[in-house]
Amino acid sequence: MSELVKNEAAQNMVTLTIDDHTMSVPEGTLVVDAARSIGLDIPVFCYHPKMEPVGMCRMCLVEIGTPMRDRTTSEPILEDDGSPKIQFFPNLMTGCTFRASEGMVVRGYTEKVTAARKEVLEFLLTSHPLDCPTCDKGGECPLQNLTMQFGDGESRFIYDEKMHSAKHVALGDLIFLDRERCIQCARCTRFQDEIVDDQVIGFSNRGRALEIVTFSDPGFDSYWSGNTTDICPVGALTTADFRFGARPWEMNASASICNHCAVGCNLTFNTRREVKSGGEKIIKRVMPRQNEAVNEIWICDKGRFAYHFTASDQRLNQPLIRKDGKLVPSSWELALDLVTSRFKNAGENLVTLAGGRLSNEDLFNLAELSAHLGGDALLYSDMAGGDLVSRLGVGEGTNFSDMGPETAILVVACNLEEEAPLWWLRIKQAAERGAKVIVANPRKTKLDRSAIHNLRYEYGQEAGLVTALLSAISPKQPKSPAFVNKLAKDKEVKAAAKALSEAENTVILFGSEGTSYAASAALAQACANLLIASGHIGRPNNGLIGVWDKGNAQGAWDMGLRPSEDLDAALKTSQAVYISAADPAGDSKQYASALKKADFVVVQELYMTATAELADVVLPAQAFTEREGTYTSGERRVQRFYPAVPSLPDLLPDFGITAEIAGRLGLELEKTAPASVMLQIAEVVPDYAELTYQKLAKVEKQFPLIGREDVYYGGTSYQNSQGLGVQLKPAAQNGDSPVLVITELPEVKLSGEELLAVPVTRLLDLGNTVTPSEVLVTRLAKPHVALHPQDAEKLGVEWGSKVKLILNGSTQTVLVEFDNSMPHGVVLVPRSLGIPIISPTPATIKVL
Amino acid sequence: MLRPGALMRGMWTTFKSMFEKPVTVMYPQVKRPVSKRFKGRHELKRYDNGLEKCIGCALCAAACPADAIFVEASENTDEQRYSPGERYASTYEINFLRCIYCGFCEDACPTEAIVLGDNYELSYTNRSEAIYTREMLLVPVHPSAAPTPQKVAPGTFDRPIPEMEDPD
Repeated sequence: MSELVKNEAAQNMVTLTIDDHTMSVPEGTLVVDAARSIGLDIPVFCYHPKMEPVGMCRMCLVEIGTPMRDRTTSEPILEDDGSPKIQFFPNLMTGCTFRASEGMVVRGYTEKVTAARKEVLEFLLTSHPLDCPTCDKGGECPLQNLTMQFGDGESRFIYDEKMHSAKHVALGDLIFLDRERCIQCARCTRFQDEIVDDQVIGFSNRGRALEIVTFSDPGFDSYWSGNTTDICPVGALTTADFRFGARPWEMNASASICNHCAVGCNLTFNTRREVKSGGEKIIKRVMPRQNEAVNEIWICDKGRFAYHFTASDQRLNQPLIRKDGKLVPSSWELALDLVTSRFKNAGENLVTLAGGRLSNEDLFNLAELSAHLGGDALLYSDMAGGDLVSRLGVGEGTNFSDMGPETAILVVACNLEEEAPLWWLRIKQAAERGAKVIVANPRKTKLDRSAIHNLRYEYGQEAGLVTALLSAISPKQPKSPAFVNKLAKDKEVKAAAKALSEAENTVILFGSEGTSYAASAALAQACANLLIASGHIGRPNNGLIGVWDKGNAQGAWDMGLRPSEDLDAALKTSQAVYISAADPAGDSKQYASALKKADFVVVQELYMTATAELADVVLPAQAFTEREGTYTSGERRVQRFYPAVPSLPDLLPDFGITAEIAGRLGLELEKTAPASVMLQIAEVVPDYAELTYQKLAKVEKQFPLIGREDVYYGGTSYQNSQGLGVQLKPAAQNGDSPVLVITELPEVKLSGEELLAVPVTRLLDLGNTVTPSEVLVTRLAKPHVALHPQDAEKLGVEWGSKVKLILNGSTQTVLVEFDNSMPHGVVLVPRSLGIPIISPTPATIKVL
Repeated sequence: MLRPGALMRGMWTTFKSMFEKPVTVMYPQVKRPVSKRFKGRHELKRYDNGLEKCIGCALCAAACPADAIFVEASENTDEQRYSPGERYASTYEINFLRCIYCGFCEDACPTEAIVLGDNYELSYTNRSEAIYTREMLLVPVHPSAAPTPQKVAPGTFDRPIPEMEDPD
């Protein structure tokens, strides 16, 4: 039920009757929600179960009556037959603003109500263009459906007097507005204001001339814009990506999971055959799928629009082998035999490097193969702490939606909206319910608006800050560096520490803002220490969450892969390297030269990445949209994704390729059925014991009831019928009692005139899986760095100008942006924009 | 038992029909005109100015009981205009091996673009030939009109559903 209902769930239950159905709901439930919770229809346009009611559209008018009471005795007045006498309000009431009370009677189908609905619809249609045949919403349109259900076939208004307005207004690069179709329900503007706090669109003018306008530059500048098209009850807002792509009834739906970040949003891929693709089935659009414990009914624009990579014509479609310095096509047999013989020779000098976008099954097989030969199985990531998350992660049953005043949430070293947008949204909403959000970050982030304490520290001191929080709450402390002691005495830090330790529940999220691998390891350990010391482990809504850079990084940790502390050395000293779904050479020239030194490099990929260019053998793999598998989110929820489109011919899934190689080396691994790999995982990995694909596919009834036939209520987000996933129990919940581990804090070194370049994360970066989506191109970040305006002034750099950035010995021309909330002496370098940055590094900026 | 005279009566009927006017015609030299409501091969109609009536709404495909129609839509611009309004059919295919000539597509069409014509002389030497594309289904442009895509003045054709005569 709506947020409102949930808050008051602890309160009394009341019994009311709607159209002869008697039900019990928590006191304060809106009449519309009460009706919907048992599948009754009270039609609405402006009301949305995730937003506060406004009662603007009048579609939900119903007759409402309450039991009469004697004024002197306040005893109920009874009818002759002994039933309570009901007094109806003289006028129709809006069901979306009226709250249920004891004994209430609601009538939704009387003559008065039906007549009112007819009139409301007639008024809404006075200016509606009725161009349903060309409208993208046609077929899943609340206005269309409710007009068919409740409207009159005739209108008393003159067709020629319809209001005509602009039909093709680009609100931004992603969203188009048809002003004629808008029925002024304000769902989109309220969504932007109330839910995602990006006030970039609004109403302009009044009455019939009222229209939606955007007042941001660029237009509709929000990571959440796509959701407004889902909740728009007419076809006024449509996405640029799907515009006229297909009619809703023509498409098939496949359940999937987003792998762009660690949240693991539930998606639905809508697919259809397309002439342009030679009659092949392709993904036409991405829609959210309801999972109230993960993404509710929302997804960010990256998840919605950055899906084109799987259908890119740049996909590799056959194995390649290096002959005379060139990669030439080969047969699978030849390529696999070559790989096998070289791996056999390499033995324990084989280095396996996997990216966090692979599924658990792929990672398990890779780890098994690596263990069989005695080599190292490495995760390509600059973040540490996955082992701590599996021990001290959030308890089974954790749900951000359940968090309220009893919960404290610490978000440290993380620009959460950029790194994991849905978690930002859910933590923001938790804060609105009273959760105490504490943000510790060197610069301002959007989550600061929801925080009760904003803690600032210098880049590199993130672990120190968390240790300071620990010092502030615990009486005896080991020796700490001076800056930690100083931070611990800070009033704000003390207050934050108090809030964290006193809260019944505490969740800590750590990100990768400005951290190297070593800094991340120290940070994760410090966060773990804080949780252990304050006793916030092993319970639901308590524990550690890693805001990983890749969708299944947690799964990789769970499957036993670990990032290397010195990847450079590991690559150089290996005899064979097996890289899957990672592009180290594209990220850093250092890794590229290390790979050139490696004897034999096998790359298993979707495209010809910079790393694949250096490979001796390139093995093409199926995209995750073409196969089955599971991902483990940062909250350690294992979720299934299903095949949406057929595979390119002759391609195998990643785990299948690994199993083929393993088979040739005498190790029997599952080649075809990912469900069987999961059975093996359940045997080998203790946390995954008893996990099966069947369990992952289980669903429960979720509130509000979304999707289904009645799109008018929650929008076009899909109902979840393919699995809510299973949240794993961390070791702490299984009785493991961890102890504090005090690690040495990494020191910050700065010298001379140099600036400290620190890596930060942008949501819409230039990653391999993002750039193939043409619709996003204008929204993607350009190669840029951010400076404090005062530093920029000193250097004589203007906003938006080009400068030379000298970093790790390489020079690059980049644009400059300002950020006046960041510390001095620092230059922020976003990851995955083609600027090689792995850890905080001294850098020089020269004006061009 | 054969009744006497029955054979003779039958022979007489045969003999008599030799002098009747034949009901058959010498097809294909001679062709019968089809009835006004005959349902033959479809045609995609145009407006007088040459713009296509089809707006790519795919309601014909939705109505088709044999799943014979495949439509893909794209967006019109004033530089390259195929039909009035924002949307036109960039792909329009009818598989005549599937079509049962029921005319539901014609009923569903909001712009009277798809019309079942008079042509019943359809033959194919392979299956893919039975799939008629948009170009094959579109009627030729009237000599006085311009072919599509047309370059038009902005704002001239921004509504997809033209003013239609009242069906009453």
